[in-house]
Amino acid sequence: MNLTLKIWRQKDANDKGKMVDYKVTDISEHMSFLEMMDVLNEQLVASGDEPVAFDHDCREGICGMCSMYINGEAHGPDRGVTTCQLHMRMFKDGDTITIEPWRAKAFPVIKDLVVDRTSFERIQQAGGYISVNTSGNTQDANAIPISKVAADEAMDAATCIGCGACVASCKNSSAMLFVGAKVSQYALLPQGQVEAVERVQNMVAQMDLEGFGNCTNTGACEVECPKGISLENIARMNREFLRASLKG
Amino acid sequence: MSGFFKSSIGRKVTMALSAFFLMFFLLQHFAINILSVFSPDTFNEVSHFMGTNPLIQYALQPVLLFGVIYHFVMGFILEFKNRSARVVSYAKNNGGANSTWVSRNMIYSGLFILIFLIIHFMDFWIPEINTKYIVGDMSGLHNGSFRYFHELQEKFVPIWRVALYCLGFVFLALHLLHGFNSAFQSVGANNKYTNGLKGFGKAYAILIPLGFIVIALFHHFNH
Repeated sequence: MNLTLKIWRQKDANDKGKMVDYKVTDISEHMSFLEMMDVLNEQLVASGDEPVAFDHDCREGICGMCSMYINGEAHGPDRGVTTCQLHMRMFKDGDTITIEPWRAKAFPVIKDLVVDRTSFERIQQAGGYISVNTSGNTQDANAIPISKVAADEAMDAATCIGCGACVASCKNSSAMLFVGAKVSQYALLPQGQVEAVERVQNMVAQMDLEGFGNCTNTGACEVECPKGISLENIARMNREFLRASLKG
Repeated sequence: MSGFFKSSIGRKVTMALSAFFLMFFLLQHFAINILSVFSPDTFNEVSHFMGTNPLIQYALQPVLLFGVIYHFVMGFILEFKNRSARVVSYAKNNGGANSTWVSRNMIYSGLFILIFLIIHFMDFWIPEINTKYIVGDMSGLHNGSFRYFHELQEKFVPIWRVALYCLGFVFLALHLLHGFNSAFQSVGANNKYTNGLKGFGKAYAILIPLGFIVIALFHHFNH
């Protein structure tokens, strides 16, 4: 298939940036979206132009690196997939595809389609962990009884890959689905109880400090999340925060 | 707790609490107004009770005013903060693919409700306060009989006012279609009852404003 691509080009963080049109030809419908971008970049390199910078790593939907806003949706029009899992069969011959970086004050553009998502790392560092002695004396996790329901829900929350599609999709650039998932994965397990109060307070404080917007429950994040992280995690975080505030 | 009120979640929760109060008030307001359709005398008596009972006038009324003002002011503060969280807009954004129009436009439905409320206050609340607390007439009487039903009917004679009120109630319905369930999510209530609650919320969001529209039209055509 032959396509017209409208891609955000920005030399560096200080550049104003603009949309630039490109043509790509003979794209197979079996290609992934990133493979299509590879074809474009080969074309650009061959013609002496600067290739389009974009994040990618595992290309199998688990690393959370790919991050494109395609035709007005995070990770494109398909559901439950990352950009690397998005296939060109989702598009038609002759289509014009608009490709932009995640847009959020807390995710500044580094170059072209690459954004700085270290704000997520700082939120994690604020409390997204449990303090355990890993010197060899660690208790076997299986020795602690955990209900199947709690284990499953914690695992579901832990499947968040931190790609930032929730922030990109939210009209408010809110990070509450990400933070909700990270709070939930520990809140549901006995190992997470010891630091529960500090965790949610510190992670929410860091989230606010990073300049993310506030959740208005539109649900866009849940729909666009490649891992199907549920809004229930935001509700759980709200409960945890309320409980922590009353205790603290 | 001071950090709670400054936090993003704390503000969400207080918005939701004020919303719960306002939704309860709306239900009570509707329950009284619908009496005007079925029994003008009962409407007059209940209106007089609500307008002169010290507990309602001096305790609940200030809470209601605070709730209304807080909900609007905090709504604008959060909207401003949310808009500042995205400095550069998308060239192409397909919001309809993942969320409802009403959920994305709460600020606009809210703004229209604010305009409607200002007109509504000027029509009913301010004259009422003037009569009772400036003029000092707490009798509720006009020419020897209760004035409330008569005043209500008079207000809905001009068609422009009826149309404006109907439009206000349409925006109220749009606001409630998202706001009702959003308030529960904000206070952390997302559980096995959520689906049922969503149905109830939709019914509330449509039936209550529709009921107010019916009342306005009834008095316009039965004057």
